[in-house]
Amino acid sequence: MCAVKKKALRPYFFLNIYMAASLLASIGRFNILQHYGLQSSEYVYFYYYSDTLLTILLYFALTSLYSRVFREMNAERMVKLGAVLLLAGTALFSYGVVHQAENRLVSRFVVELSQNLYFVGLVLTYVLWAAVLKLRETRTRLIQLVLSLGVYFSLLAANYALRNLYPSLTALFQILPPLVGCFLPAAWVYAFWRIPEEARLAPSRLAVIR
Amino acid sequence: MMAAVILACSIVLLLQFFVSYCRSLIASSARESLSQEVQEVTGMTKPASEQEFARVVQLLQLCPERPEERGEVSLIRAYFRMLGMIRASIARLVPSLNRWTSSERGQCTHFAAVVLGRRIAFSRTLFAQQLNN
Repeated sequence: MCAVKKKALRPYFFLNIYMAASLLASIGRFNILQHYGLQSSEYVYFYYYSDTLLTILLYFALTSLYSRVFREMNAERMVKLGAVLLLAGTALFSYGVVHQAENRLVSRFVVELSQNLYFVGLVLTYVLWAAVLKLRETRTRLIQLVLSLGVYFSLLAANYALRNLYPSLTALFQILPPLVGCFLPAAWVYAFWRIPEEARLAPSRLAVIR
Repeated sequence: MMAAVILACSIVLLLQFFVSYCRSLIASSARESLSQEVQEVTGMTKPASEQEFARVVQLLQLCPERPEERGEVSLIRAYFRMLGMIRASIARLVPSLNRWTSSERGQCTHFAAVVLGRRIAFSRTLFAQQLNN
């Protein structure tokens, strides 16, 4: 809604697609939760499958930010090709991890792919942030979108790593994703609503390590 | 082992992104000067000091929230606390870090005061709308 009102629907198309899909997934999860309950296999399946789809969409949203940063270098095609190849590579790696499982191979693959994509997304966001600093990208809105994605990916990657390290505390770590999930819409609403497209900022002022 | 490496990387990058994100929020308000009204209400001096942060936040809580700024103040409060922890621990060994945290916390106060100014204006608009209705 904010993006439509601030005429940022087309320039940030994939980000808006992700947000719309996220909203639909939340509605779907709520409906299934109401009908079948939290412990039901229907909810668990829907949660993890929709989570993976959302992660793939967020991955493409991140790729679209890459395209915006590298537009002047005419590297959009290279970015798209690289993104598809990296996604395929991550999927192959995830399959390699789970292919020996005797049952629920697809479900295990879906969960594994989602976890790996969070980490790949985190590394890609860090590379993009380094490119923003190097190329002296000054668009405040773009900078805030990249940084908010970095915070989001790192929180989720840390959460999945903690779940793998301490499986007995899974119930505790399951609370975190919905809480973390509130951060991204809030940060994007702020970026679209409060920051005009023409606002500029020196990114070197924001870097922790110079 | 792999999970531990991912956890360590995620925490380091999280800190980096979190600090940069908070600084981008603060930077966008740094150019805005404080209105006379906010200066009178808070009794703030120029430049804003970290000691005034708690009072400005208390005043913020008295004003109705603007929907688009809901999470940002909480985030800056978390950043302010994190800087306080850094100062109480690592900065004792590194004096330059002490100065940096002090300056950052002062900028957090300025950010909170700018938001307070916006909320006062927002409250005025709401009040005027109610009077018109």
